[in-house]
Amino acid sequence: MEIALVENLPQVTWLGVLIKAVLILAVISALAGFGTYVERKVLAFMQRRLGPMHVGPYGLLQIAADGIKLFTKEDIIPQNANKFIFMIAPIITAATAFIALSSVPVFPDFTIPEFVPLLGGVFVPSIASDLNIGILFVLGMMAAGLYGPLLAGMSQSNKWGIIGSARTAVQFLSYEVVTGLSILAPIMLVGSLSFVDFNNYQLEEGVWLIFYQPVAFVLFLIAGFAETNRTPFDLLEHEAEIISGYATEYSGMRWGMFFIGEYANMITVSIIAAIVFLGGYDSESTFGWLTIMLKIGFFFFLMLWVRAAWPHVRPDQLMWLCWKVLMPLAVVNILVTALVIMV
Amino acid sequence: MLENFLASLMTIEGFAFYLFSVLTIGLFLVTVMSKNVLYAMTSLAAAMVLISGFFFILGADFLGVVQLIVYVGAIMALYSFAMMFFDATKDIKEKNTNPALVFLLGGLSAVVLVLMFAGPIHSDAIVALYPMHEGVGNAQDVGMVLFTKYLIPFEVAALMLLVAMISGIILASKKMDDSLTEDLGVDEEMMIKDDK
Repeated sequence: MEIALVENLPQVTWLGVLIKAVLILAVISALAGFGTYVERKVLAFMQRRLGPMHVGPYGLLQIAADGIKLFTKEDIIPQNANKFIFMIAPIITAATAFIALSSVPVFPDFTIPEFVPLLGGVFVPSIASDLNIGILFVLGMMAAGLYGPLLAGMSQSNKWGIIGSARTAVQFLSYEVVTGLSILAPIMLVGSLSFVDFNNYQLEEGVWLIFYQPVAFVLFLIAGFAETNRTPFDLLEHEAEIISGYATEYSGMRWGMFFIGEYANMITVSIIAAIVFLGGYDSESTFGWLTIMLKIGFFFFLMLWVRAAWPHVRPDQLMWLCWKVLMPLAVVNILVTALVIMV
Repeated sequence: MLENFLASLMTIEGFAFYLFSVLTIGLFLVTVMSKNVLYAMTSLAAAMVLISGFFFILGADFLGVVQLIVYVGAIMALYSFAMMFFDATKDIKEKNTNPALVFLLGGLSAVVLVLMFAGPIHSDAIVALYPMHEGVGNAQDVGMVLFTKYLIPFEVAALMLLVAMISGIILASKKMDDSLTEDLGVDEEMMIKDDK
């Protein structure tokens, strides 16, 4: 079905991939900026306040104001810091977040209409780089993104930064096992590591994987919160405890890049959860892309909702949760899945 | 010779190969030469990530991603040791007790490695014992070889990791029952130490 579709589609050219890459970069960074506004508004309404209201109607232009502030603010590099590492650390976070997005399906396939000068007729694929091991690549790249906070904390010769990067290492070593093991059970069911296969499997079965794998879904969601440093697990920069953690010494656009990376990662995790567990995009119906947007939006909203509703956990509680509760659960889940497949 | 090189540089695979090669060797040189622990670790991590690029060029996507995931995690653990033992922003004076011995051993192992990898330099001599199957994914191929031909090494490696894990737990288990944060006794211990 999907294979036949792919054969009918025009050839993927390097120009198409390039356009796709630029599109992802532009749209996701804009969405990340918009995400900060949505987060403040949603949190405000949940806490019965108004949130940003002064700049533009309903504070909508707050994004522009924040952007101008971030771009024009002085870029301060502390005297005793390891300057080179300090400067590249935010770039690692932002870059890996976007590299991860390169093998995730974002927006539908489309061909640029012929009347557009220069680029007319170019086919832009849905996935910039359609690897047949997409899920592993995305998870690996997002894991590599944690080098950003780690290096930032270690290079800035600030005690809060060091604590932040120590917590990064702790958090990474805790959740990474759960992410891998939780997503293994759906992979075993589908028998493939490609996002397209996940989508087709659920289309053919007519059932979302969340009904087959509810435990894996919950585990993946919890690990995803840890992966994107969202609240209950935002230990790296927990303001009330360690000032701002790894980001203490950062200002201006370098600080902003950490947040673009974080929001891009939130979008990536939402896309993975929507495709793997909630049926993905329905490539046959017209509203397939609308439904996946709604699913991604739901997961994004869920992250904000949890932030408003839950307190932080301590690092030792995170380790306890990941190693003593979630990992055994994930292993049992894999065993049960394997037994069901065998029998 | 030079023409061949230039021609291969023009193809996308050739260009990627030479780019990754130069970057990887350069980064590993920084790892070895640098006196700053942060530079050494970062270039090590970056080089390990770049090595996965070679797997991608060869079409071994699965192994490339495995390289990425394994080394990102492993070097993250190394970083935490560096964090505990060194001041990352200062240079470290290395103590080379016997430079001649280091030179001899390092040189010998380098020569052995070069000879080993230069052995099958005639490309006719290389035959894939377990060639990739058409239409079967990378992961399936690796799995098939791993659970038939290399089953015993695989299981032995698993056993070795289990032994390492158990010994690690035993080494660290002396105060495993006390929580570092929940237990008030730790604070009291600190106060007792301060009093002394």
